[in-house]
Amino acid sequence: MSIIDQLAAIESAALASLHDITTIDALTAWKSDYLGKTGLIAKLSRELGALAAADRPAAGQRFNAVRASLDGAFAEREATVNAAAQGHAFASEALDVTLPGRPLTVGRLHPSTRVLRMITNIFAEMGFQVWESPEVETDTLNFELLNIPADHPARDMWDTFYIETPPGAEKVLLRTHTSPGQIHAMRAHAPNPVRVILPGKCFRYEQVSTRHEMMFHQVEGIAVGTNITFSDLKGTLIGFAERLYGSGIKTRFRPSYFPFTEPSVELDVECILCSGTGCRICKHSGWLEVSGAGMVHPDVLRNGGYDPAIYSGFAFGMGPERITMLRHGIDDIRWFFSGDERFLQQFI
Amino acid sequence: MRIPLSWLRDYVDVTLPIDELAERLTRSGLEVDSIERYGIEGAELPWDRDLIVVCNIREVTQHPNADRLVLAEVEFAPGQFHTVVTGAPNIQQWKGLGPITTPLRAVYAKEGSVLYDGHVEGRVKVTLKGKPVRGVMSDAMLCSEKELGMSDEHEGILLLPDDAPIGVPLVDYLGDAVIDIDVLPNMARTLSIVGMAREIAALTGQTIRLPKPMVKTAGAAVEQSIKVTIEATSLCPRFTATMVRNVTIKPSPFWMQRRLTMAGQRPINNIVDISNYVMLELGTPNHTFDADQVAQHHIVVRTAKPGETLKTLDGRTHSLAIDHLLVCDTTQALSVAGVMGGESSEVSPTTTNVLVEAAVWEPTIIRRMSSTFKLRSEASKRFERGVDAEMLDLAQRRLTELLQTYADGTVAPGMLDVRTTPALAVSMTLTTHEVRRILGLDFTVDQIAALLAPLAFTCTTVDAHTLLVGVPSYRMDVSHTADLCEEVARMYGYDNLPSTVMADELPTQRTNLALEREHYVRDVLAAAGLNEAITYSLTSRTAAAKLNPAELESSEYLHLANPLSPEREYMRRDILPTLLEAAAVNIRERGMTRLFEVGHVYHRRSDAILPTEPLRVAIVIAGKRNTTAWNAASSDSIDFYDIKGIVELLCERLQLSGITVSASDFTHLQPGRSASLRLTIGKDSFVVGSFGELHPEARDRFDIPAMRVAVAELDLEILLAHAAVPRYTSISRYPAASQDLAFIAPVAITAQAIEASIRKYAGNALSSIELFDVYAGANLGEGMRSLAFRITLRSTERTLTDAEVTKLRAKIIRGVEHENGAKIRA
Repeated sequence: MSIIDQLAAIESAALASLHDITTIDALTAWKSDYLGKTGLIAKLSRELGALAAADRPAAGQRFNAVRASLDGAFAEREATVNAAAQGHAFASEALDVTLPGRPLTVGRLHPSTRVLRMITNIFAEMGFQVWESPEVETDTLNFELLNIPADHPARDMWDTFYIETPPGAEKVLLRTHTSPGQIHAMRAHAPNPVRVILPGKCFRYEQVSTRHEMMFHQVEGIAVGTNITFSDLKGTLIGFAERLYGSGIKTRFRPSYFPFTEPSVELDVECILCSGTGCRICKHSGWLEVSGAGMVHPDVLRNGGYDPAIYSGFAFGMGPERITMLRHGIDDIRWFFSGDERFLQQFI
Repeated sequence: MRIPLSWLRDYVDVTLPIDELAERLTRSGLEVDSIERYGIEGAELPWDRDLIVVCNIREVTQHPNADRLVLAEVEFAPGQFHTVVTGAPNIQQWKGLGPITTPLRAVYAKEGSVLYDGHVEGRVKVTLKGKPVRGVMSDAMLCSEKELGMSDEHEGILLLPDDAPIGVPLVDYLGDAVIDIDVLPNMARTLSIVGMAREIAALTGQTIRLPKPMVKTAGAAVEQSIKVTIEATSLCPRFTATMVRNVTIKPSPFWMQRRLTMAGQRPINNIVDISNYVMLELGTPNHTFDADQVAQHHIVVRTAKPGETLKTLDGRTHSLAIDHLLVCDTTQALSVAGVMGGESSEVSPTTTNVLVEAAVWEPTIIRRMSSTFKLRSEASKRFERGVDAEMLDLAQRRLTELLQTYADGTVAPGMLDVRTTPALAVSMTLTTHEVRRILGLDFTVDQIAALLAPLAFTCTTVDAHTLLVGVPSYRMDVSHTADLCEEVARMYGYDNLPSTVMADELPTQRTNLALEREHYVRDVLAAAGLNEAITYSLTSRTAAAKLNPAELESSEYLHLANPLSPEREYMRRDILPTLLEAAAVNIRERGMTRLFEVGHVYHRRSDAILPTEPLRVAIVIAGKRNTTAWNAASSDSIDFYDIKGIVELLCERLQLSGITVSASDFTHLQPGRSASLRLTIGKDSFVVGSFGELHPEARDRFDIPAMRVAVAELDLEILLAHAAVPRYTSISRYPAASQDLAFIAPVAITAQAIEASIRKYAGNALSSIELFDVYAGANLGEGMRSLAFRITLRSTERTLTDAEVTKLRAKIIRGVEHENGAKIRA
């Protein structure tokens, strides 16, 4: 059998066996058997020297052609085998993608904190800075300086927790609203203009129920200067309501009464739950109270250190818990201070 | 304030539909709480005009087949008759007496009428259908108040007054609506029908019609029969008295009873009802005395004498203080002025002569007395908000007119009138500039005057920019130009005001670093997997004693003078007790908790009445470190090092330097797992908090199941004050050399000490240091442990040579061994 015939036989045997190979190991063995330095083709090529010189180039070309053909076949087979191997590996690692993901332990802020931040951020953009004032106050700051003297019927509007004090000492109480902060802020700034908001805890002597809490948050705002009007108050509060509830929300600016503001107003927005048609939450009025506000009363301006003939200003207050309850559809305020994680973990 | 529409209509034409009127009132500062309708369109139970009418009962006869039933011969329209079967007890007395001389007026409902079922609880609508009752056809009904939806009364049928017009639809005769208005303290002028009518007239462009009482007088003049002495002149600006003789005590007329009922007052008898009626109508509380019980017919207004007592109409006896104001005779106290009458001079069934008091009192004394005696009456409510002294004349005429008409009394001529304070005409200047300055509205004087005039302010133009505004006597709420500005805005309509952006200069902006950092702390702790709680600032010493039994007797707490409950009686001095109470619920419910709270605590000061309010952060964690999900990383439980990790994270995030941790012995923490956090600033050093594992005894007191509960409470104010902004350190471009060194040392040698030695000897070349293994085993010997550190050495200038690293390593080992009595582990 000529060397060329032998080569052809090796080639066809190689291709035939390659076709059955399914593993990388067998593939490696095949390569060394046929194409390795001591493989069948290398061995046979050593016999080329025995050929007549005239036949050698053609035979050499033939050898190169067979090598190229086997290399090509090998590469093709290798790709197939690799793909199959990877397929197996992937199959063995396949997961049930419907099983739950690995949970991260992530904490959450209290919903009141979130809403307080929303409120303060909106007012910050209008140039209001965030201030704080004490939670335990004197009767003077909580009432007297805000134009609510003792024995004034308006005191009925604030049921108050008092702190035991020695006989003869000034009355000390848990602030019933953040409004004493108005006096603190004015006194810290007068006669310069002031524009601050004061978030914080307040307390009322009130039986706890689904709608009422003895402790709650308020956000107080005050702006005093030489050019601040009731129309500015309206623009500010309606601007706030539109930021909080979306532009186009219907608002109602309704006369009200607070001893420390004159004129006084209550800002209502169309009930966000029933769109004004009347429901249990808005007590079938179609409106929700958002904020009590007004022009700072001349006496209060004076108590804050401003001459009411030159300076004017407005003040407003609002309750983040109520806004939070509406926002999330919470029907019982008692969860807020329960520390119950089944409640706290419902918010983002 | 409940306003029956029919009553209101006596004094003003109501031109708007009720709902529109209500909206108008609400938008004018008189918030309508509810509208109740009786029989009219829109009512829950409208009375059909054709089917439900006023009728006559002409005769009552026995039902032939039933003892308890009667047959009423009814005239339901002039000349039209019908027989109605009824069991009403209140017409049984006419049974079998033949035709009734003055036929009874009642309400007749024909077949097809929709009524409430009188025999079932609550309000259930039924349609009246004809059916035989014991053999007699019954296809109509005589109605009770309950069946008509007027009240819950179903004892008998509703009997109407004799002048009720037969055949007239009931809705025309009794149909009505009650508007309930939430009257704010500055709107005291509307605490009456007339006051509300004035306001409505102003708001709707109508005219008020005041009552015009017609009084005939006879007998001795009041001045000759009664004497009035005002001793407490500063507390009683005006006192008036009239006298009505020979009154007959009987029920008041039907219409008056109906109006009082709708307004929320229970009818008693004609005298009491007339007194209440005039109070509601004109806003002037008044009092009727049995004149013959007033010693010497001499009224003395004075403050109480020491030890004096008075038994009031409600049967209670009050001890009086010397600043309490009384209406007395010459021998004893007759009533608490403006608050409640006394029993001794009360109008009784035997009263013949009535002394009528109408006065105004200084508002604060009324409020003080009504709160002291816990007597909040309709009278005191009005007096403490201010009653118009100029209304007393009309009130007295109206009272005597009604007593003359409905108590058959004879009115004595004249009125005793003692004024201690002259009527003061209040007027003030209002400029267009002020209206612009406060409201932002550019109005002329004419525009302003046009807005104020309907409210009966008298406006006189002083010049082109100035008005002189006269304030009506009943506007006691108007004392500043700001009050007038409010009236201008209210009449213009708040909704018509422009919405403007503040044009005033922006105040100097200042930062509030503490608050920003406080929010940052919340974010850091939430990111660390903790849920933010807000617990009550009010707590009990019992709760605090769960953490530390010594708190039970502590006098350091701020104590409420009027607590709502023993659980919320003291102001918290620490956050942990209330946070642990919340944590306990979570642990019992879910087997775990991860809570933090940032908030104030309250510390008494010896030198000031107000406490300090330090800001704290408290943390409670317990349960599995990771979730218990199927693929959780580990199922280990939380322990000391978890809370320490959180505290360290917080200190690192605040970039606090000078923080050290040392073993400590806080009573609320388990010994050996109790640490204090210390902050050193220069020469000063403070303990800024505690953390560790809750003492098992404390844990039991909080009713938490046996498990490790890790807690921390830190003084956030100090930590925030020393927080810093991170400083960048340059990052080396040269490779690092890592060295693992394990030292064997007695357990008493802290990791912190060994780490400090490593830092000291590694010097500038130290890039990082990490304790990666702690091991204690028998092979190391009793009381010994091995601490393994991974030390990374790196120069910012060049690559460290092997020789340099080897040399440094040897130096560190020598140093650590020398300073701590440790041995390098081979």
